[in-house]
Amino acid sequence: MDTTNISAIIDKYNGEASALIQILLDIQNDLHWLPREALELVSERLGVPMSRIQHTATFYKAFSLVPKGRHEINVCVGTACHVRGANRVLEVVQNITGIQPGETDADLKFSLETVNCLGCCALGPVMEIDEQHLGKLAPAMAADLLKGYQ
Amino acid sequence: MSKLNSPADLEHLREEILAGRDPDKVCITLCSGTACNATGSGKVAAAIHEEFEKQGLNGSVEFRKTGCHGFCEKGPNMVISPEEISYIQVTPKDVPEIIAKTVKEKKVVERLLYKDPATGEKATHEFEIPFYKHQQRSVLANNVKLDPKNLNDYLAVGGYSAMVKAFDMGPEAVIAEVKKANLRGRGGGGFPAGIKWEAARNALGDRKYVIVNCDEGDPGAYMDRSLMEGNPFGVLEGLIIGAYAIGASEGYIYVRQEYPLAVENVLSAIRLAEERGLLGKNILGSGFDFSIEVHRGAGAFICGEETALLASLEGRAGEPRARPPFPATRGLWGKPTNINNVETWANVPLIVNNGADWFAGMGTKGSKGTKIFSLVGKVNNTGLVEVPMGVTLRDIIYKVGGGIPKNKKFKAVQTGGPAGGCIPEEHLDIQVDFDELTKFGAIMGSGGMIVMDEDTCMVDVARYFLNFLSGESCGKCSPCREGIKQMHRILTDITEGRGKEGDIELLEEICLSTRASLCALGRSAANPVLSTLRYFRHEYEAHIHNKRCPAFVCKKLISYYIDPEQCQACLICFRKCTSGAISGGKDKIHIIDQAVCNRCGTCFEVCPTRFGAAMRLSGDPVPAAIPEEARILIRETKSEKESKAT
Amino acid sequence: MSEIRLKIDGKEVTVEAGKTILDAARKAGIDIPTVCHHEKLESFGGCRLCTVEAESGGRTNLVAACIYPAANDLVVWTRSPQIDKIRKVLTEQLLAYAPESEVLKAIAEDYHADKDRFPKEPSFCILCGLCVRYCAEVKKKNVVGFLDRGPCREINFIPELAAVECWDCKECFPLCPTSALQAAFVLTEALISLSPSLQKIDTRAKTASA
Repeated sequence: MDTTNISAIIDKYNGEASALIQILLDIQNDLHWLPREALELVSERLGVPMSRIQHTATFYKAFSLVPKGRHEINVCVGTACHVRGANRVLEVVQNITGIQPGETDADLKFSLETVNCLGCCALGPVMEIDEQHLGKLAPAMAADLLKGYQ
Repeated sequence: MSKLNSPADLEHLREEILAGRDPDKVCITLCSGTACNATGSGKVAAAIHEEFEKQGLNGSVEFRKTGCHGFCEKGPNMVISPEEISYIQVTPKDVPEIIAKTVKEKKVVERLLYKDPATGEKATHEFEIPFYKHQQRSVLANNVKLDPKNLNDYLAVGGYSAMVKAFDMGPEAVIAEVKKANLRGRGGGGFPAGIKWEAARNALGDRKYVIVNCDEGDPGAYMDRSLMEGNPFGVLEGLIIGAYAIGASEGYIYVRQEYPLAVENVLSAIRLAEERGLLGKNILGSGFDFSIEVHRGAGAFICGEETALLASLEGRAGEPRARPPFPATRGLWGKPTNINNVETWANVPLIVNNGADWFAGMGTKGSKGTKIFSLVGKVNNTGLVEVPMGVTLRDIIYKVGGGIPKNKKFKAVQTGGPAGGCIPEEHLDIQVDFDELTKFGAIMGSGGMIVMDEDTCMVDVARYFLNFLSGESCGKCSPCREGIKQMHRILTDITEGRGKEGDIELLEEICLSTRASLCALGRSAANPVLSTLRYFRHEYEAHIHNKRCPAFVCKKLISYYIDPEQCQACLICFRKCTSGAISGGKDKIHIIDQAVCNRCGTCFEVCPTRFGAAMRLSGDPVPAAIPEEARILIRETKSEKESKAT
Repeated sequence: MSEIRLKIDGKEVTVEAGKTILDAARKAGIDIPTVCHHEKLESFGGCRLCTVEAESGGRTNLVAACIYPAANDLVVWTRSPQIDKIRKVLTEQLLAYAPESEVLKAIAEDYHADKDRFPKEPSFCILCGLCVRYCAEVKKKNVVGFLDRGPCREINFIPELAAVECWDCKECFPLCPTSALQAAFVLTEALISLSPSLQKIDTRAKTASA
């Protein structure tokens, strides 16, 4: 594994242990997951024990210890979306992709997550695919939208 | 860009900016907040640029992309100055007409105006739209006036004058003013900010910190997001004033990474302030040094709790620790630290500029000023609402919010996020403030307000919040970790038809035990259960004893059924069914295969109301399917229908 | 060091400044149950079985005795109908994990806790954190840590470190209130001695799917 990028990220924060979360966020944004080798390098460079790195990497929702799919689906299950039927949308998305929240399918096509609020409650129920917000969804509409992804 | 070295430099620059601005120049203001972006504000902006280019309007007409205006329901929102004509739901194809008519000929494009659904009356200006008319905007006021990436816009509306005034007053006087105003924390605690500041100022320490808490995690709340995206300058100015009053030299802004635009805009605002000498060493020659860093939160609701936030800032998992000691004496890196949320900081420049008496002139006895609410859920005018403390829930929901969509019946309003509670119809006339909401089993929280109609199941709502909390509990202490887990399990059982005698009593026992939790998340985790039990116990009982969900929400307790007497074999539900559970044909009465149906409710929604064939059942058995031979639909001919009608 | 005077269960108690309510109570011979507390370790405040009612300035709060600083004029009650109810439910919840734990069984008897009140959990661990904290604070090895959060929280040994550090240490075993850590280890040891192919235990797969 090429670790130049990861080293560069750590350098950006002067290898400071307090920047652990910021460093992991940058690696996550860069690679879309946190490979074991990356965590080991971070542990070594920051002088933070691996047990603490693992706790941090599993504690925060933004981090993933497995590779993500090509398309990242976030179904909002915030309260506003919930009362407008987010669960019914989620269920259809699960059926079509064949995965549960937190999972990635075997072809690495989709990764599915639920998020608590995307802050656009007026559009509920909302889902976000590859950072594009899709609002005012009904189950049938969500099903149609998903068919457009390769 | 030259640095400003004194208050006089700042005033000079302000005069220069104002002199260069013609108040009569046409300016198109377009909301580019997250919600409007999601409804296509970006494309509208591109269309405006294109049209400017085509018509050679660059320079003669101004175009400003602002933060959230608040009326997210009708986005993208546009305002055209100087007449302040307000257009809603603008699309790219409306742009040429807007420019040809409104910008050039000063004529109004009628179809883009807000039309009151009740009276049919059109509103030309934002202040005539009922949603805005009943609000009192002070903290949000600047959102519509400035481009969050343009410091000059902020200076043009008087930006940083409060900071200069604070430097003149001196730290003690600033704290006295904030105390006199009785500004209470807008993040949920409601603790008086002035008292907190004083404690941090008086605490011993060579180094002190101030922090903006923008880890807005309440699902269904986005006040802080809109302030951070729309007017980061105001938050920074408040923070600088607070740092000066407390004696802090470093500040942190903790913002969720799920809010990328907020991160971007606040970083830009910090850079602009640094370039102008409004941040950094010896600010405006006052001798006061202050720098700010932005820390992105990595997705943990618990980090809104101040001790968890501190752990996260130090690079650890966001686990709260016991208080005392409070952050005011032992905070970040063990140093005195003051943490306030975004809206609290944003109020500070207003208080310094207008005085404590102005601020305390609004609100109720114990709660002063205004409060921003995110009014969402089953309400017509979803959006951000700023009203003085003490306005009734009814006024917020009906006057500002325009009531419940589709003539449905109001059931409850949930305030205060996951730790809050549900308030039913009979208490809608209570005045909204910190103390009053608590009396009725809810809380103010950070200002989430979720309206629920008759189609909302209150047991499901409680289950929803407990599910949320179980994903967000840090798991350090057992009353929270285990209590939430068990309450969630019991509520899931109840909503899935496995509820049994004694469940409610067990829930109540667990509710008590969660009060022994380490932090506020655990200690308030029982609130969703307690408040729904208090007002909607009968719904729990219907689920447990009759296996019936009165609101037709809990899937395991409901079925969909097509009434063969009413079905016109129109094929609509047959085609829309998401699980392929409906069989039927052009002249064949449709039947739902109960074993295949996923209860998504699409058939019930799409069945034309004039047929009303698709039905929901709960607590009653599904009638047996009619025999195959009875499924052929014999349609009445047109003449038969007519003769029947006469 | 200055002295602190407070009242516990009606009894005047004096302790040094900087001590907790639990220290004060133990000094006065008043029993407060604890599970996650250990003299050699920093207070954690995790199990909350030491919850007591503390009254000061006219307000009564539920606080964890193991971590709340003793303060002048504090009035503490270590037993009340409310506290007993709380301790009962908390014990019952932990018994769902470790029904054979001697520490929990003793508390259960005092508070009439029913070990079958909640469905049996598949794990023995009650997440008191004694092993994690002992390894970090006393041994300074950080071999065992926590993973994840909320109901998904668990403890986890870093295999590469464990292979080097744990064989000759095992000092965390006797600390475990469930006795399960010990059992698990003995079992693992037995299995490994049988099959050399198991000697490289890799918890990576488990971490990845967590």
